[in-house]
Amino acid sequence: MARAELMDYDKALELFEPVIGLEVHVELNTTTKMFSPAPNPANSAFHGAEPNTLVTPVCLGLPGSLPVVNGAAVRSSISLGLALGCTIAESSRFARKNYFYPDLAKNYQISQYDEPIAYEGSVEVELANGRVFQVPIERAHMEEDAGKLTHVGGSTGRIQGAEYSLVDYNRAGVPLVEIVTKPIFGAEADAPELAKAYVSTIRDIALSLGISEARMERGNLRCDANVSLRPRGTEPLGTRTETKNVNSFRSIERAVRYEIQRQAAILAKGGTITQETRHWHEDTGTTSPGRPKSDADDYRYFPEPDLLPVEPSRELIEELRAVLPEPPAARRRRLKGEWGFTDLEFQDVVNGGLLVEVTLTVAAGATPAAARKWWTGELTRLANAGQTDAASLATPEQVAELAALVGEGVLTDRLARQVLEGVVAGEGSPREIVEARGLAVVSDDGALVAAIDEALASQPDVLAKIRDGKVQAAGAVIGAVMKAMHGKADAARVRELVLERAQG
Amino acid sequence: MSDLIRLSAAELGERLASGDVSSVEATQAHLDRIAAVDGAVHAFLHVDGERALETAADIDRRRAAGDRLGALAGVPIAIKDVLVTEGMPSTAGSRILQGWLPPYDATPVRLVREAGMVPLGKTNMDEFAMGSSTEHSAYGPTHNPWDLERIPGGSGGGSAASVASFEAPLALGSDTGGSIRQPAHVTGTVGVKPTYGAVSRYGSIALASSLDQIGPVTRTVLDAALLHDVIAGHDPHDSTSIPEPWPSMADAVRRADVAGLRIGVVKQLDSDGFQAGVRQRFHEALELLERQGAEIVEVSAPHFEYAIAAYYLILPAEASSNLAKFDSVRFGLRVTPDGGGTVEQVMAATREAGFGPEVKRRIILGTYALSAGYYDAYYGSAQKVRTLVQRDFDAAFASVDVLATPTAPTTAFKLGEKLDDPLAMYLNDVATIPANLAGVPGISIPAGLAPEDGLPVGIQFLAPAREDARLYNVGGALEQLLLAEWGGPILDRAPDLSTHELLATEEGAV
Repeated sequence: MARAELMDYDKALELFEPVIGLEVHVELNTTTKMFSPAPNPANSAFHGAEPNTLVTPVCLGLPGSLPVVNGAAVRSSISLGLALGCTIAESSRFARKNYFYPDLAKNYQISQYDEPIAYEGSVEVELANGRVFQVPIERAHMEEDAGKLTHVGGSTGRIQGAEYSLVDYNRAGVPLVEIVTKPIFGAEADAPELAKAYVSTIRDIALSLGISEARMERGNLRCDANVSLRPRGTEPLGTRTETKNVNSFRSIERAVRYEIQRQAAILAKGGTITQETRHWHEDTGTTSPGRPKSDADDYRYFPEPDLLPVEPSRELIEELRAVLPEPPAARRRRLKGEWGFTDLEFQDVVNGGLLVEVTLTVAAGATPAAARKWWTGELTRLANAGQTDAASLATPEQVAELAALVGEGVLTDRLARQVLEGVVAGEGSPREIVEARGLAVVSDDGALVAAIDEALASQPDVLAKIRDGKVQAAGAVIGAVMKAMHGKADAARVRELVLERAQG
Repeated sequence: MSDLIRLSAAELGERLASGDVSSVEATQAHLDRIAAVDGAVHAFLHVDGERALETAADIDRRRAAGDRLGALAGVPIAIKDVLVTEGMPSTAGSRILQGWLPPYDATPVRLVREAGMVPLGKTNMDEFAMGSSTEHSAYGPTHNPWDLERIPGGSGGGSAASVASFEAPLALGSDTGGSIRQPAHVTGTVGVKPTYGAVSRYGSIALASSLDQIGPVTRTVLDAALLHDVIAGHDPHDSTSIPEPWPSMADAVRRADVAGLRIGVVKQLDSDGFQAGVRQRFHEALELLERQGAEIVEVSAPHFEYAIAAYYLILPAEASSNLAKFDSVRFGLRVTPDGGGTVEQVMAATREAGFGPEVKRRIILGTYALSAGYYDAYYGSAQKVRTLVQRDFDAAFASVDVLATPTAPTTAFKLGEKLDDPLAMYLNDVATIPANLAGVPGISIPAGLAPEDGLPVGIQFLAPAREDARLYNVGGALEQLLLAEWGGPILDRAPDLSTHELLATEEGAV
């Protein structure tokens, strides 16, 4: 694949105005699927099931089977719609989206078309620089997920070149809500960051509602980013591309930025943008063309005759509205105060998409400062190295446990970082790793004193200097002791003891 | 021929209850009958005698143990192949489902089993219920027991023929545009399409989801009512199933009384387009009812004439989507092109080989009708017509209790006669389609034999949605009047098929 030509980002923004639109799919964590009583793999109780074990005749589209709407999924969808500031339709309808694909058991997807359950909303999104955007929501509609294909025999794991493909229908029928924004104008150079911050806000909302596990790396949250450019001073919207397969927050930002630079280079040369879906490649940080989108795409939508319209009562809607959690923007303002973070510290958390993680870590017993330090520090560093999101590396409970171990003096920061590497590698909980790797700080003064006395004895000149009051000379002895203890000692305590023994 | 097979289901149920006869004996008698005549009739695609006898023996044991059993317990039944049956082939008359063994029972099948009835096997049908003659079955046509050279109606020709030839006392059918009622008309049997939503569609291989309805195929109105009472009721697996409980249809038959009943004759369906003998028997039946105190009035349904056009857009549109699942990936036939192929090529080859010409015709029609740019003109307009047909019914039922029409324009035509003329075939359903479009119930009962050809003729009654009991009332009353007139059931006049035993033909060969 030839590498696309990119225009310098600032130059691109000088010549063109970026317009973005975002489609976010949220997998609901209901106990059963959207239209069948099969267990829902997007619910943590059913993670790791063997392929094709979470299925009924409905999921497999067996002849004669019929869908039945999951009431819990409808309630989750209404809650989400309300949290997005949407109007909830008095009557909404399912429709069939017809296309042939082997992961789609019926060869049509039950979705909503012209009558979605929620429409016309707005979400407040705040950027690092303090800019606040109202992102306009077009609609949120319910649909079912497709199954999962695994392509076998090719070198790329993609369908091209594969010898055969395996289908797992566990995911077929998982309840989804697709949230579609209106075109977002005026973000300018912040467009990539706004895209990321918007998805992060959707995640916050879904998590605070408790309707989804909302983990991007698991596919609970998926984003398609539409990007188009229009020359400065012109009115009509440019041709857009839709970038799919953007599976992390950092990818969203990078993908939008990449498309702006790519499209600008083409347009500046007098070229035209092809309306198409593009695939994001995490490893190369580029997009490549997928299926061309054109008028030939005809899904032959028609109202699903197997299902009745969804007509939630006013009472139900008001009941769900009454228990909505605090909106993310308000919650951020509140948390910033409660945690006592500086603007910069708080933005670090927000930009990392780590607000929920820090909140949960504090809830699990850590101090806000410790929670922030581990998430925005070491875990973010590891995430960047591994090209993933920090949230995918550890759970809030694990981080809280780590912070507790440091607080108890069992671990030094240096040892804690080693333990965290173990956590990320899946070796178990921090305490288990401390145990297994034998990483605890040596807090037995007897062992330390023995090592100190030995070091002092072997460096009489240093001992003399310390006794002369040149306390900084103790560093050499402390270093030797730490080395002898293989780093598993608290340096501050060692220093104390060195001074004590030297005087003795 | 054993007397057991000539009993109605209700009579057989009573004999079983009294201990006079066992279910094993009754089941064996019907299996013997199938062995004797089905080579000629070809009503069945699959007969499972062993399992039927096991089920029958189980019912006999339960009865001996003193279990309380329903009126139809131990009575054999034939099941249209459109309904999926656990561990029993279910092809819907299509090659694309050859060899598929469903892992579950359709709800009506489950209910029939729970009522202690004994499934004998699966009956022939037009492929995916598309047709009016059973000639579109991938497994060869069924023959009309009244004249083996003629069609048994369709799509449920197998169910109707099995009942008319005494291979089964009753059967389950499905009716999307007349597939229960038109075969009843041409075979001298009773067929009921209940109100849409009365009987669960779960496990019925869908043709057109908004039109399909499962119903009884029997020789008497009481039998239809008894079976209706078994299969009707809310099913949480079918969102379109009606939640409210139903009154007993059997009670409606037993208390049948038409005094003061207002019967509307649909002007547009009482025309020259109908065969003379069909109209004659229709009017004679109405006179009988009038003499019993019913009031006959003419009503107009101006939009019924557009019903066929709307039906042949809505049905193919829904069918084109419903039949998309037949792609070889999860079940049924798989055809791989020579030298292998991509999944798209395998899907295409499978559908090319697995679907018959009528199915392909309707898939193409429906795909076109739903296409962007054509949707409003075709599918959208058809839905508007559907609303107008519903309004015609509403207006008519504001002044009458039930409507009456001849069930179909002609008596049974010859096999092959209309096979190359789809439009002529479609016109068979002119009188039955409006009920499916409006979701209202309909019944067809024998009205006699057409003088010109001696073949059976049916009369259809239609009632408002949820008023199925009215059909059983008027149908039960008319049946008694006609039996008195004829001196016995009309099927007594059908040829004795046992003489055809030696003429058993190869599947499909006539």
